[in-house]
Amino acid sequence: MSKKILLVSRHAPYGNSTAREAIDMALATSVYDQDISILFMDDGIFQLLRNQHSQLIDQKNIASILTALSLYGIENIYVHQESLDDRTIKINELILDGLQSLNNKDVGNLLSQQDQLLSF
Amino acid sequence: MIFSLAVYAAPYSSQASYSAYQFAVALLNQGHNLHRVFFYQDGVHNSTNLAAPPQDEFNLQRAWQHLANSHNLDLVVCIAAALRRGILDDGEAKRYNKPSHNLAEGFSISGLGQLVEAAAVSDRLISFGH
Amino acid sequence: MSTLHTINKSPYTHKALSSCLKVCIDNDGILLLEDGVFGIIPSAPGAEELQILISRGIKVFALINDVKARGLEEKSAPDIIFIDYNAFVQLTLDHRCVQSWY
Repeated sequence: MSKKILLVSRHAPYGNSTAREAIDMALATSVYDQDISILFMDDGIFQLLRNQHSQLIDQKNIASILTALSLYGIENIYVHQESLDDRTIKINELILDGLQSLNNKDVGNLLSQQDQLLSF
Repeated sequence: MIFSLAVYAAPYSSQASYSAYQFAVALLNQGHNLHRVFFYQDGVHNSTNLAAPPQDEFNLQRAWQHLANSHNLDLVVCIAAALRRGILDDGEAKRYNKPSHNLAEGFSISGLGQLVEAAAVSDRLISFGH
Repeated sequence: MSTLHTINKSPYTHKALSSCLKVCIDNDGILLLEDGVFGIIPSAPGAEELQILISRGIKVFALINDVKARGLEEKSAPDIIFIDYNAFVQLTLDHRCVQSWY
């Protein structure tokens, strides 16, 4: 039974483990053949910045893991446009191509179209 | 209806796991099915058998155990999160040469696949985090 | 279908409520619990937006034991509905999914 699942990732990487553990969950979900999409919102968009040198703080690089998402068959990756604007980051500065930008109403609609939400 | 809960917060330090527990109690009293409670991130701390809160304070670890026992619940702790935070069952303690193990009775250690399965089979999956 | 949003952080210190309010659509529901119940105070950040959503038919709930525990029962803005855990369970069934904001 395949459900439409959206993982909502709203926390910055490295300061706490939430972002990393959310990605691990996304990868596990796709390994088990579920239809999973990811929405990056609020500080979650910081996971997508280029030039992360996480080895300097002895952590695995989140950006490297995220670039593997398409290899796991995770194709629908959304970013909340206002979260980018608030942080003066442009979508073309981010590490992934093919990101889908959503406004507030789009996000609300996206949430309501899912079968399950994974809140991180 | 079939419910599963995801608990991401430690007991005592935040109220989230207590809220999850109260939600579980309510849904079971209403006759719904609680398919699984999956403990991930700091939520794994709900499963330690070493917690010794004062007698006049609420013992959430024990409350989860009693609830699991009376309703035959599946309380699952994520192995990756547990190992990182020092929650081990007997097998993992031996594997990693640790002096002891501390997984409380009534909980089992497994992988993230169990949370995926819970999402796949449940009508509702609710997350409780900090 | 609609979404039930749960918020457990105080709007005076966290952006959880304000982020939630940006993306709520008609027929969604909002539940304040744990420290999120500080959002029932009429002067709280987000209180005005909550009232606007209420006027559009979105229901805003607060967990009564969390409200009472924090001494807030007499301090609530109008039209916030106090509920218990039994009603919380039912709310999750009235909506398709639950998005938890923390």
